Amino acid sequence: MTARSTAPPRYPQVWTFRPPRTRLALWVGWLLLAVLFLICWRLMNTNTLWWFVADAPSQAIDIGQRMLPPRLAYLPELLVPLWDTLNMATLGTLGGVLLAVPVAFLAARNTTPSMRLVRPAALLVIVASRSINSLIWALLLVAIIGPGLLAGILAIALRSVGFVGKLLYEAIEESDPRPVEAIAATGAARAQVVHYGIVPQVLPAFWGISAFRWDINIRESTILGLVGAGGIGMKLQASIDTLAWSQVATLLLVILATVVVSEWLAARIRRALI
Amino acid sequence: MSAPTAYPSRWRRPPTLIRDPRWRWALRVGALGYLVLALGALELDAARIAEGLERGAHFLRGFLQPDFTSRWRDIQQGLIESLTMTLTATVAGILLSVPIGIGAARNLVARPIYLACRAIVALSRALQEIIIAIFLVAMFGFGPFAGFMTLTFASIGFLAKLLADAIEEIDASQSEAIRATGASWWQLIHYAVQPQVMPRLIGLSLYRLDINFRESAVIGIVGAGGIGATLNTAIERYEYDSAGAILLIIIAIVLLVEYSSSHVRKYLQ
Repeated sequence: MTARSTAPPRYPQVWTFRPPRTRLALWVGWLLLAVLFLICWRLMNTNTLWWFVADAPSQAIDIGQRMLPPRLAYLPELLVPLWDTLNMATLGTLGGVLLAVPVAFLAARNTTPSMRLVRPAALLVIVASRSINSLIWALLLVAIIGPGLLAGILAIALRSVGFVGKLLYEAIEESDPRPVEAIAATGAARAQVVHYGIVPQVLPAFWGISAFRWDINIRESTILGLVGAGGIGMKLQASIDTLAWSQVATLLLVILATVVVSEWLAARIRRALI
Repeated sequence: MSAPTAYPSRWRRPPTLIRDPRWRWALRVGALGYLVLALGALELDAARIAEGLERGAHFLRGFLQPDFTSRWRDIQQGLIESLTMTLTATVAGILLSVPIGIGAARNLVARPIYLACRAIVALSRALQEIIIAIFLVAMFGFGPFAGFMTLTFASIGFLAKLLADAIEEIDASQSEAIRATGASWWQLIHYAVQPQVMPRLIGLSLYRLDINFRESAVIGIVGAGGIGATLNTAIERYEYDSAGAILLIIIAIVLLVEYSSSHVRKYLQ
């Protein structure tokens, strides 16, 4: 025993969460974040016209007044675009899911044919699809195959591949290996192992993910028309371009109602499955 | 009774989800009918699609040989706007959503405040970023400031809701213990709530940073500045090689942000 341990240790008077050094480091971290924020703020607003910003409240009141009695006579015109929007979301989800299933099986660690070659390629497909928003996909596809529903359906499908593929391959990787081993032990072929061992385990997750993505796709398909991909968004774009704010208000109400209904429906499907 | 029951010689997997065969058939017929209806309404112009395939090949070539240099100034400007917009909007979103999130937690505040904060959250979540951006561009003018406002508003709905849910799920025994010492409401927040939800808040903030960057690439299409505006211009000029370069940059940054934020989140948990 050294002499030092006999001396009574001195404790700080007031209890604190952290030792002084950690606190100092935290303060420096916050300070750096604040400085970074200010630099970004300056950079971002180099071209901002502040008198335009200061004008915003009166602009908001003006737009609000023009919107306020929503033009309900516009509703019958919206039925066909609404049907188109629903079709775009549903067919797009269907296409995306059909593409995502093989990609997910190729990407999952326990089902991929080759860890070195196929898995990275499948993961790349998932990442590329996920990092590009469906509106950007639509922008590209409208430029390539022309405006219309098909561009919207393809945009939704291409965006859904990554989402469904990622969640599905994670579900496949998390599946219980014991049933898979049991079926492999009976001498089943690879496809049979997948069919009897893995598919029953991931099927509820699969339907849940599809319903979830369908809900998101309904939400997104309402705005794809802004870049010309058909549906109710095209009416929105036309109304905004002609400054018909009372029609915009009607459109927003319709979009909001669609989104709420689809969210409710998807939540019910998911609750029934899980 | 003595006759042996005829069993099917092949085993068939029992249905996993819908056990009633009538429901199964109704769903199948319904789905088929819907498909026929929906595909029938689709107008396909074969000549336009053939032309599109050619353009698609053109775009693919541009994507494989991206041109970073000839529009580099525009790309750089767009990237700076997007990145600064993302960071400032995330910080402002966190600052605003912490009080709103605390207000929207049922176990901490009085009922009127709870309802008001939940209403703000619901409003922010109901509208897509793009639609908010259209309005804010009309109000604040073109440029990244409108984008900043949009992303901030959208962040509130996301962060405040998830923060409020996290606060409602905290361990009640700790807050009871702190309350039993005679602590005030602020001390309760500081010593009982904050330590429990802080890791989750940091994780959510990083996740929102990631989302905000992705969204900043989109809202430029309606005039809210950022890389989306540059991309829109490139596509409208049919400069597919520049568009390919911009898309590659977006993918790379999204990957980088996602990878690093998932690392930090793993480290925190």
